[in-house]
Amino acid sequence: MVDVALFFSAVLFVIGVVGVLTRRNAILIFMCVELMLNAVNLSFIAFSRLYGMAGQVFVVFVMSVAAAEAAVGLAIVISIFRHYESVDLRNINLLKG
Amino acid sequence: MPLPLLLAAATPPLAGTAADWLWLLPVLPLAGFALNGLLSLAGAFHPGPADPSADGHGAADAHAGGEAHADEHHAPARHRFAGATSVIGPAVLIAAFGLAVAIWMAMRDAGEMSAPLVQTYFSWIPVGALHVDFAFQLDQLAMVMVLVVTGVGALIHVFSVGYMRDDPGYPRYFAYLNLFVAFMLVLVLGASYPVMFIGWEGVGLCSYLLIGFWFTDKANADAGKKAFIVNRIGDFGFLVAMFLLWANLHALDFVGVAAGAKGLAFGGALVTAICLFFFLGCTGKSAQIPLYVWLPDAMAGPTPVSALIHAATMVTAGVYLIARSGFLFAMAPVAGLTVAVTGAVTALFAATIGLAQWDIKKVLAYSTVSQLGFMFIAAGVGAYATGIFHLVTHAFFKGLLFLGSGSVIYAMHAAYHHTGKHDDAQDMRNMGGLRTALPWTFVLMWIATLAIAGVPLFAGFFSKDEILAKVLERTTDSTLASATWLGLPGEFVLRAVFILALAAALLTAVYMTRLMLFTFHGPNRTGEAERAQLHEAPWIMTGPLVVLGILSAFGGWLNVPDPLGALGPVHVLSHWLEPVTGAATAMVGAEHEALPATEWAMMGGAVLVALAGIAIAFWRFKPAALVPKALAKPATGFTNVLEHKYYVDEIYDRAIVEPIVDGSRDILWTGIDKGLIDGLFVNGSAFLARALGWVGSKLQTGQLGEYAWALALGVLAVLGALTLR
Amino acid sequence: MNPPGLFFQFHFYLFGLLAVGGSLLFVTRKSPVAAALWLVNVMFCISALFVMLDAPFIGAIQVLVYAGAIMVVFLFVVMLLNLGHPSEVADLRGRGTRITAGFVGLAMLAEVLVLMRVRIPAILPPAPPETNITSTIAAPLFREYLLPFELTSVLLLAAIVGAVVLAKRRV
Repeated sequence: MVDVALFFSAVLFVIGVVGVLTRRNAILIFMCVELMLNAVNLSFIAFSRLYGMAGQVFVVFVMSVAAAEAAVGLAIVISIFRHYESVDLRNINLLKG
Repeated sequence: MPLPLLLAAATPPLAGTAADWLWLLPVLPLAGFALNGLLSLAGAFHPGPADPSADGHGAADAHAGGEAHADEHHAPARHRFAGATSVIGPAVLIAAFGLAVAIWMAMRDAGEMSAPLVQTYFSWIPVGALHVDFAFQLDQLAMVMVLVVTGVGALIHVFSVGYMRDDPGYPRYFAYLNLFVAFMLVLVLGASYPVMFIGWEGVGLCSYLLIGFWFTDKANADAGKKAFIVNRIGDFGFLVAMFLLWANLHALDFVGVAAGAKGLAFGGALVTAICLFFFLGCTGKSAQIPLYVWLPDAMAGPTPVSALIHAATMVTAGVYLIARSGFLFAMAPVAGLTVAVTGAVTALFAATIGLAQWDIKKVLAYSTVSQLGFMFIAAGVGAYATGIFHLVTHAFFKGLLFLGSGSVIYAMHAAYHHTGKHDDAQDMRNMGGLRTALPWTFVLMWIATLAIAGVPLFAGFFSKDEILAKVLERTTDSTLASATWLGLPGEFVLRAVFILALAAALLTAVYMTRLMLFTFHGPNRTGEAERAQLHEAPWIMTGPLVVLGILSAFGGWLNVPDPLGALGPVHVLSHWLEPVTGAATAMVGAEHEALPATEWAMMGGAVLVALAGIAIAFWRFKPAALVPKALAKPATGFTNVLEHKYYVDEIYDRAIVEPIVDGSRDILWTGIDKGLIDGLFVNGSAFLARALGWVGSKLQTGQLGEYAWALALGVLAVLGALTLR
Repeated sequence: MNPPGLFFQFHFYLFGLLAVGGSLLFVTRKSPVAAALWLVNVMFCISALFVMLDAPFIGAIQVLVYAGAIMVVFLFVVMLLNLGHPSEVADLRGRGTRITAGFVGLAMLAEVLVLMRVRIPAILPPAPPETNITSTIAAPLFREYLLPFELTSVLLLAAIVGAVVLAKRRV
């Protein structure tokens, strides 16, 4: 089962990457990143089935970090939205140059 | 003394004598150089009359001194410190000559020296196994050279006081001349090849400085450059020979090389190569074929310079080198034959060119090349002492000839200066009939001409006759006769050398008599107004001429041959030089007693050749038929070829110089320097940096989506690298 | 441990395929709300997979934290910014981009699978005990991994402060 789980984890991760590359809405890109994190969690758990509890503990950390990141990221999105009236990534190019 | 005993330590008998002051010999002229140089520079800060070195836009003429401006209404411009220089310049030379005489007397009193006196002053190059000390070696050969250099040098310095009197570069001239003598003394006193090379290079440098003394005229500067560059080619040969010596013998001092040379294979490739490379250096310094081309151009310098450097001393350095390296050349018969053949061919070649030259100094220049050829003939056949003998007598009569021509040119210049004409003061076609105006110069120059032609009993007769005799002697029972040179048997080569030398001797008499005829005999072509202004030079210039005249007349007594033993002690010079050159000469061929009849026949033949040459000249050259240079018609036919010196300079230009210049410009400069280094490396790297920057800037769009793409592609690439590994 | 039975395997594959299918749908929806809901579905399926991999605690907190908190926050923000209507935001990129992204994804998947040279033993090690599952997590968490735990709490504090500051309306 572990190898199957790893396979699924890989597929989910790649789908997440594809999602990041194809979408333009900032929030949806964020959600694809969450999908990638989930895929990684799955692979951690799969390995923890083989190698002990460290994998599961790590998943706890990943989740808490993901939560923190989601909070802060969405706060950023909100403040950007207030400024640009849109979350389309094409309009947010202050990093240019 | 046999060679092995020369390897003993420095001889105590000379300690505590004047020889202790050996180091002072070059230091005196060096001090003169420093003082005169300071005076020259000091004069530059108080700008007076325009010295070309002071402010770069002097108006000095290309030809002889005495005149600083082309404008005849200006008074000639003496340098501010000329008075001090007139004292310092010659004084150091006279002091050096005095010291040389003292040392010579000490040597004479010490009797037979078992080994040369070697004084080491400081360690110069201590690098690993190579240990070269700055040391001087005093032996009989060095003594002779020192006496010639300081003696003739002192006379020429005194002459220069008068000749260069009104030149704005007066102290600079004496500074360079003193420096030259200093370097020349280092050359002849050096105890090892590297120290000799210091002097060798130094005299080349001073030659360049003095040839281009009036450098504001580009032709003079070019002549100086030509001399230096052609010399450099020869110096390459000298260096390679030194490298070969070091690599194989691990010694560079004369004592050590002499010892090591005996271990080399006789006539082997190594010793022949070493000798031939040394000879390449000699062809450069002593103006033999193929590197003689700088000497005629060197006549652009002041005439006393031509007398000292290009007649008496510097150009004889090559002969001295071979005499010094006798122990090497005696081991390589092929090299000896090469030297002799080159000397003979050069002697004849230059003599033919001298026949058609109109410039009085050019005739003398080619004469020098020719006479140097004679010296090399002697050196090539192993008669080193004879070569040195001819060197000494040549210094006397060639120095006299040059100084005499300087006297003539001085008079011509003074005359032109008076009337404001701008003709060529050195062209014989503008001279003629000067015997009445310059009687002393006339007589003295005839003495020198008779000497150089080989008329008995003047100096040249003894030395030239001895050279011819030695060549004939070597055709039997010598290492040279048994060797083969380029497939020809040595005996045949030596006979050919003899015939060439004889022909050259004949032509020598011809062209020298021609010079005298056109300059001093016949009607005067200088011009009506100038004729009255021609007069003898002041005594400060004529005095040294007289001394040299006496030496040219009686110098032959230095080495009287056996049949003329009634005249005085025989072979004085040869015996004096025997400890240095005797063994090497003996290795080449034993001295055998020739039948008195043969000897008298030889001498008679030589005299006949000399007198025949003079007669031919009187018969063929009619001074009355000449016209002044301005009106002269260009020459035709073979005479034209001779006048253009067989177009050798043009050939060298086309064959060697132009390809190098064009190749350098087109390949090295345009291709490599501009194209590759500037274009590809410098500009190319700048372009690359800008291109990379441009690419980088294009990536910074600020579009997060594109950044995500970049991230994904990067991950793809890294994973790809991992998978492929 | 005995190899998993057919029932187990079937359900494992089922949940896995549901997760994959749900994520495919998630990335292709035009409406943000629909996409978010499909992501919630994916998380539920993953949670099931966690449980089947003998990590029930993690499965539980996956539902509680991820699906229950994080996705809710996402939905809050979507609704707050009034992004519900699909027509307002032309979200997906052009066709060419999507196809290229698909190829990139396939390439990446291929590489990852090639690199996955893990040797899975046929016989799995024993599962952790099913009683006291909380303590089996808590023990390493508060012992070996205490420092990361504390740091994570600091991180959460920073996140809270940051989120509040960033989202504050400028008064």
